[in-house]
Amino acid sequence: MNRLGRYTARRLPQTILVALAIAMVNFVLLHLMPGDLVDVLAGESNATDRAYLDDLRRKFGLDQPLPVQLLSYLWRVVQLDLGFSFRHNMPVATLILDRLPATLLLMAAAIGLAVLLGVVFGVTAARFVNTAIDRVISVLALVFYATPVFWIGLMMIVLFTIELGWLPSSGMATIGGSASGIAAVLDVARHMVMPVLALSLFYVALYARIMRAAMLEVLRLDYIGAARAKGLTRGQAARRHALPNAVLPIVTLVGVQVGHMMGGAILVETVFAWPGIGRLAFEAVFQRDLNLLLGILLLSTIMVVTINFLVDLLYAWLDPRIELS
Amino acid sequence: MPSMSRRNFGWLAAAMVVAAGIWLSSTPTWAQPAAKRGGTLTYVVFPEPPLLTSAVHTAGPTAQVSPKMFDGLVTYDFDFNLKPQLALSWQVGDDGKSIRFNLRPGVKWHDGKDFTSADVAYSLLKVWKVAHGRGRATFANVTDVLTPDANTAILQLSSPAPYIMYALASMESQIVPKHIYDGTDPQTNAANNAPIGTGPFKFVEWKKGSHIILERNPDYWDQPKPYLDRIIFRIIPDAGGRAAALEAKEADLVGMSIVPLNDVKRLEALPYLAVETRGYEYLAIVSYVGFNLEREPFKDVRVRQAFAHAIDRSLVNRLIWFGYGKPATGPIHHGLVKSYSSDVPAYPLDIAKAEQLLDAAGYPRRANGVRFKITHDYLPFGEQFVRLGEYLKQALGRIGVEVEIRNQDYATWAKRVYADRDFDLITFFANNASDPVIGVQRFYWSKNFQPGVAFSNGAKYLSPEMDRLLQIVQAEPDEALRKAAFADMQKLAMTDLPYIPLTHLDMVTLYNKRVRNHTLTADGIHANFADVYLQD
Repeated sequence: MNRLGRYTARRLPQTILVALAIAMVNFVLLHLMPGDLVDVLAGESNATDRAYLDDLRRKFGLDQPLPVQLLSYLWRVVQLDLGFSFRHNMPVATLILDRLPATLLLMAAAIGLAVLLGVVFGVTAARFVNTAIDRVISVLALVFYATPVFWIGLMMIVLFTIELGWLPSSGMATIGGSASGIAAVLDVARHMVMPVLALSLFYVALYARIMRAAMLEVLRLDYIGAARAKGLTRGQAARRHALPNAVLPIVTLVGVQVGHMMGGAILVETVFAWPGIGRLAFEAVFQRDLNLLLGILLLSTIMVVTINFLVDLLYAWLDPRIELS
Repeated sequence: MPSMSRRNFGWLAAAMVVAAGIWLSSTPTWAQPAAKRGGTLTYVVFPEPPLLTSAVHTAGPTAQVSPKMFDGLVTYDFDFNLKPQLALSWQVGDDGKSIRFNLRPGVKWHDGKDFTSADVAYSLLKVWKVAHGRGRATFANVTDVLTPDANTAILQLSSPAPYIMYALASMESQIVPKHIYDGTDPQTNAANNAPIGTGPFKFVEWKKGSHIILERNPDYWDQPKPYLDRIIFRIIPDAGGRAAALEAKEADLVGMSIVPLNDVKRLEALPYLAVETRGYEYLAIVSYVGFNLEREPFKDVRVRQAFAHAIDRSLVNRLIWFGYGKPATGPIHHGLVKSYSSDVPAYPLDIAKAEQLLDAAGYPRRANGVRFKITHDYLPFGEQFVRLGEYLKQALGRIGVEVEIRNQDYATWAKRVYADRDFDLITFFANNASDPVIGVQRFYWSKNFQPGVAFSNGAKYLSPEMDRLLQIVQAEPDEALRKAAFADMQKLAMTDLPYIPLTHLDMVTLYNKRVRNHTLTADGIHANFADVYLQD
């Protein structure tokens, strides 16, 4: 673990600098958008005089020159203060922490399901390569890969909620319900089925295709032949020797795609009224709630950087030939 | 009735008694007798309200949720006659410069404190006049609010402001508790997110991005109301998802046309759903084309008239708004019965005449058939405006005007149009509010040409005659004279055409038939829901 410690010590300052640089770029980019929060607030409430708008800008600090705003923002970030959302009348940290668990649950479940199903389908397709099973899996993967997430979501609602009446159309739990313990967990699980499926299907398709290709390649290598020669069945050789090597590309992809999945999460959260952070970010863009948006972007930055770090560690664990350097 | 002092007598003698006895009974005559207690109403709202107190922010969704927790001074029937709520009666001084409210005694805030005239004075002077987007203008003439006793509030005005009497519903001018707000910044008071009101329902929980829960106020002044145990507001961002929730009976009511309009007919055909389009009189939403009168082709009124003749307003109503509305005759919604006039210049669809007008204005078709090119920035607010943009491109193309449609988000639109003034033509809709002085004057008054303020006089229409008429309607206490000035104002607006009114919109409330009494007043689903009950 000593090596791990040294590795972390070297990566951490790098990571912080990267995060700060990204925060600065975000700030500048977001301020390039035309219009500000006051325009949005005033438009919504039909504010009729200029003085009112000026008052609000002064109160929100939007009347300051941009470099001053940037410096005070960076100073706040260094102090881990995410600021105040005047739109929501709440501290940004409270808003984010309130909404983050829903998105983490959705994304973790979707990634888990995508990896599990992707690996199972990919391995199955490779095992029965060029048979009917392989073709069915390939066609399904292509369909899922090409179908927009929101459309799948709406079609699932039509089928499972309206036609069959099995699942609730939206939300994360029965609102105002009195369920507790196991019943509450089951309630959330029922609400999760469609959002998780909708979010994961694209990735299932992707991972299945990649897994199939990787397995076919690994299965052709000499060491698998050696494993078979020492008496393992095809299945045993595939599981114990081919799978750990073939799964590496998927680990890489998951690491890269966590940020990407956040984009899909916005659509899924919209279709299923899932109270997550993707939706919060999306609305913050249109409302020019820059404090909130910067907070969410900073958090995403930290999340992506952390996950990439974990993926590096996972590599080393899966394949001892890879060294942390 | 309080004893009549000498001063009060003077008041009464000089006053126009608007309400007094007739409305003292608080039960509306049309309320069905068999109202049932109990049950939970699930009401879908979107976008999510920014705050839950209309007194400091009058965003549309806030105006739907917050009146359930706050009563207003009065409410209005469909013809804009005032009905008592927190005010039992009211008298306008005959010089129009004072308005006296006798408040309902015995009303409590949700935290148990007494509601008094001090709350009214505080809300008006410190909140509506300061932090309320429209209130600053509506109550600009109010110089002070006298509170001779706990149940009397007297507004003192620098000059008459008859429109104030139409701005007193809860969704527009909400009375907040002085003891919670005094000494704080009303805009950032934590109670804006967890209100303490006087209304029939109390705040319980707001889970951002998901729902808001209100529960029955057992100490409400109008017993046995309210009938419902709870109201759950669900925030469902996707229009299709909202339709699905109604169809699956997970939601009972969706208002403000936020279910896709092309889905409404199908949903209405389901045995358990129905449509209501009344109850939006207090908003009175009208869609307009707006010209930039600073730009060349539009300086000439003949060009504006040509555009009006080229746009088929009944087609717009039928195809774009699916018939939920009426082709506009003028700038004021026909639902505003105290000011609307149909006696205005009309511009029937007439392509030949439009072409003639453009020729006469000096814009002949060039070799490629195009007279001139313009840009069109539509208000980015839903599918209908996209369609409208496409229609206008076609319709104006027929008279040789080439249109470039520009799409952007709201903040960009507002900045481009009102701050940068970088536009030729816009389309937008806006509420006329309860009185045109509040909701329509802003587009036509020269003093309201305010760069940087959205929904101001963006056309830059400057007309001394219009200003004169607007000054009359701002101050004329006599209803008939005021209506006559409004009629002249509408005639002039349709003669000069700085805007082409397109559609007087009906908003759609889709509801489960088990929900009764949701639309009883001009503010419809924006009312307090004390009368609503469920009948399965």
